[in-house]
Amino acid sequence: MKKTLILTTALTAMAFGASAQEITVMSWGGAYGKSQIEAYHKPFTDKTGIKVVSVDADNPATPIKAQVEAGNVTIDVADVEYADAVRLCDEGLLEEIDPSILPDGADGTPAMDDFLPGAVTDCLVTTIVFSTIFAYDSSVFADNPPTTIADFFDLETYPGKRGLRKGAKANLEMALMADGVAPEEVYDMLETDEGVDRAFDKLETIKDSVVWWEAGAQPPQLLADGEVAMTTAYNGRIFNAAVGEGQPFVTIFDGQVYEYDGYVIPKGAPNLEAALDFVVFATETEQLAEQAKWISYGPARKSSGPLVGLYQDGKTEMGPHMPTAAENLQKALPSNFEFWADRDTELNERFNAWLAG
Amino acid sequence: MSDAVAATSTTEKLTTADGKPLKAALARSQARNRRRAFYLVMPLLLFVVVTFLIPIGQMLSMSVTNTGFYSWKDRDTGETVPLMVELREWFDANPAGTEPDEAAYAALRAGLAHARETKSIGQIGTRINYEVSGTRSMFTSTARKAERMEPPFKEAILDADDEWADPKLWAAMRNASKSVTLDFYLAALDRTRDADGNIVKVEEERAVYVLLFQRTLILSALITFLTLVLGFPIAHLLATLPLSKSNLLMIFVLLPFWTSLLVRTTSWIVLLQSQGVVNDIGVAAGLIADENRIQMIYNQTGTIIAMTHILLPFMVLPLYSVMRPIDPSYVRAARSLGATSWTAFRRVYMPQTVPGIGAGGLLVFILAVGYYITPALVGGSSGQLISNLIAFHMQKSLNWSLAAALASLLLAGVLLLYWLYDRLVGIDNLKLG
Amino acid sequence: MALPTYASPLEKIWHYAYLVICGLIFLFLIAPILIVIPLSFNAEPYFTFTEKMLSFDPTGYSTRWYDMLLTFGMVDPEAARDGSWWADAWANAAWINAAKNSVIIGFFSTVLATCLGTLAALGLSRPEMPFRRTIMAVLISPMIVPIIITATGLFFFYSATGLANTYIGIIMAHATLGIPFVIITVTATLVGFDHSLTRAAASLGADPTTTFFKITMPLILPGVISGALFAFVTSFDEVVVVLFVAAHDQQTIPRQMWNGIREQISPAILSVATILVVISIALLTTVELLRRRSERLRGVSPS
Repeated sequence: MKKTLILTTALTAMAFGASAQEITVMSWGGAYGKSQIEAYHKPFTDKTGIKVVSVDADNPATPIKAQVEAGNVTIDVADVEYADAVRLCDEGLLEEIDPSILPDGADGTPAMDDFLPGAVTDCLVTTIVFSTIFAYDSSVFADNPPTTIADFFDLETYPGKRGLRKGAKANLEMALMADGVAPEEVYDMLETDEGVDRAFDKLETIKDSVVWWEAGAQPPQLLADGEVAMTTAYNGRIFNAAVGEGQPFVTIFDGQVYEYDGYVIPKGAPNLEAALDFVVFATETEQLAEQAKWISYGPARKSSGPLVGLYQDGKTEMGPHMPTAAENLQKALPSNFEFWADRDTELNERFNAWLAG
Repeated sequence: MSDAVAATSTTEKLTTADGKPLKAALARSQARNRRRAFYLVMPLLLFVVVTFLIPIGQMLSMSVTNTGFYSWKDRDTGETVPLMVELREWFDANPAGTEPDEAAYAALRAGLAHARETKSIGQIGTRINYEVSGTRSMFTSTARKAERMEPPFKEAILDADDEWADPKLWAAMRNASKSVTLDFYLAALDRTRDADGNIVKVEEERAVYVLLFQRTLILSALITFLTLVLGFPIAHLLATLPLSKSNLLMIFVLLPFWTSLLVRTTSWIVLLQSQGVVNDIGVAAGLIADENRIQMIYNQTGTIIAMTHILLPFMVLPLYSVMRPIDPSYVRAARSLGATSWTAFRRVYMPQTVPGIGAGGLLVFILAVGYYITPALVGGSSGQLISNLIAFHMQKSLNWSLAAALASLLLAGVLLLYWLYDRLVGIDNLKLG
Repeated sequence: MALPTYASPLEKIWHYAYLVICGLIFLFLIAPILIVIPLSFNAEPYFTFTEKMLSFDPTGYSTRWYDMLLTFGMVDPEAARDGSWWADAWANAAWINAAKNSVIIGFFSTVLATCLGTLAALGLSRPEMPFRRTIMAVLISPMIVPIIITATGLFFFYSATGLANTYIGIIMAHATLGIPFVIITVTATLVGFDHSLTRAAASLGADPTTTFFKITMPLILPGVISGALFAFVTSFDEVVVVLFVAAHDQQTIPRQMWNGIREQISPAILSVATILVVISIALLTTVELLRRRSERLRGVSPS
């Protein structure tokens, strides 16, 4: 009986123990999650005393939508891709954020001029520019390393398993670019049925050799375990595995697809005030620059650029590793959010049918 | 019992000590016993109704709910606002296939403007986008202009985007304009409606659900067969050994049964992955070349191997409980009458084990059809089952109505098998260990 | 299964082949479970036997992955291992918290399932129970209905009623999943139950409560306990419902494993698996002992 009593007390304490001074932030976990904890969460707690709880998801946009639609919101702030933010905002699932609460840049530039074009929308404040790239294990292809996106689809010259994200986005674009379509024509082509067929046909050529990943932390792990020889990945994850952990991974920016990503607040967030404070704090010039020291994603404010210096190891220059560095943009595609907001359902449906067939 | 009651009624009236008719007293006491038995069961029954039947029923009702185009719940005030009222009236007044006239476009414009105002346009666009892809942004962009449009509205709307004239789009809006629909069941069976409202198959490259249902059935049947092939010999061995030995060997069956599903799935990943134990042994033994390691996991093979292992005890235990009481003297008698050992086994022993095969087979099949965790972890893309697709629509694509429709079809199949199991085997005969 | 003396040579060959086949099947059953145990002591982060392990070199083995179970999630894992280090581990280590959650949820759902299930089993095994078959089918159905359907239903139901993200919600859900096992084991015990014993007690003047606690309970106790163990294991192993309805800070061991397997399957998962295998061996032993006791009590003696 006494034991029961203790357990009941423990249970009650655990169920109702959450204090008001706490916000929950959902993000993508792994190296990226860590960069946010170091650059945003810890300084925010130091400054305000509000504890920040980090929660991971494969893509925070989906649990957010599920929570809001089911009327059961537990997340205060979520880190989502640009196209998802636009879609969720249109559907009324996000709180609107008044851009006037965002402070000016550290160099005095007004906030709306300081952010990259389009980076602040009704519901989203962008924090980073990230990119989907492909990477390979240099110990596997020592003699004749791959250099272009076409090599990723070339199983003859570069034998071995491939890792791809389980979803249509970025895969279709990369497939077309590998098939010789110029980046600026990719979305025009995908608007047509023939273009979509062509992308799927290209994917079909490697389908049997693909290991599909879902969480951003998986691709570096797949490479490290030798489960794949090459994989698509978010560029920051590969950077951290290569530079941070010394893995022999090489990033190829040829044919990269880059996109904004930032913070949104789900409709009905339990701690709206604190959530707004957090978003404002995290997207200040210094914090954005600080994050870029932990992972190779470009900061969303121009004023943060000059403050980004070396990686946390104190010797690696971050600049060349950013997706937005000039030499990485030679054959690069900015992800088209309107296209994906519209076609996401259809193309993923087709993607699933293709995958299952 | 009823015979006894009938017997008393034909003879002269018997009474209890206090003078009541015996028949009434007996009936009362029986009723009391029935009530007493029922009261014992009632708390649990209520509990299961609340935590199981109601949630599932509620979820299944979503499979016919079609509110995306019909009503909007304002998340700030909690109120439910009807949507596209004028357009729905127009649909009611005009049969399917009617060419949309100026009145229809006026109704559409009013609906779009209202949706823009209530911020429900995203939901409307998403709902129609399920059926006619690429229309979501048409809704949002046209709605933005709707407020300022001047009649004639047909021209104004077609000016904004000439895709609005597409009859498929109008058919989709018509389908979406009823709050209750069976269309999600059509979608779950790879069917859709064309512009005239006829039911047709979806394009081949988009058909997936029928294939997944088929695959689920085929893989489950295969797994059931494999568990039978593997389970029969050991159940037979366990049943014919003396109890002291068979109890010891039984541990090999019961330990997997008691071990966490995730542990067993993990083990198979460790064994089968390309840098795993089995491939390593193969390479060390020279059977497999190092660069040609066999892909045994993250595909159908992985799902089949892992699920066969996990479900094998569910086959062995019912087989064993049927085989144990079979008298060995039958087989001996057959042998002494001149049957070969094979004939004796086939004609005498096998028929006696059929109830066990039926019980084990049905149980394994029922469990396999609904499997989720193992295919999700080791199935890659080709080893996914229908449960994984339900989870996909629940958690990723968030098309809950479709998820519910798929779930109802799966549930109907499982319940049918369960009913069959109850009829053939009897739930009371379910044994665990 | 001894070979008869009159067996032909062919039959003899078949007999031994049969034994070998059975041996292989037993190996198939048990090897995957045992393989994780040595691998969890691997000093290297691989999932296969290193050369050092095969030559039984002690440096090839290590308990570092077990140590990681303690330190993962701690605020300061590098500190000296004194009282405050252990306090830190107890409060913050992810796997310890998961274990705490699993035990709390498992314990309460087992109590709930066992109490309700035993009562219902007593009612169900009375001959005068109305609609016996139908009700039994309903009560067993949580075991049969695909878990994804149950979890989905609970997600919407709990979101609407405010039970989502609460311990009570998960406990109720797990109790529902455990109930079929309690019903099956307890009714199985009651099948051999000699009702003249309760009648004898009643005729000697015992009221129904006394009869239940003095006569019925001790006799069905082994069935109740193994039912409870089944219910506990069901809850302890359940991940899908937790994935759908639990809050992010309600990580249980299986959910933590699920994350680990999907993202980054480190040998730390294998050390958890090893601990779970040891637990299941303990549970299996308990159930086996109980079954024998029950058979002895009921006079069905195993040879």
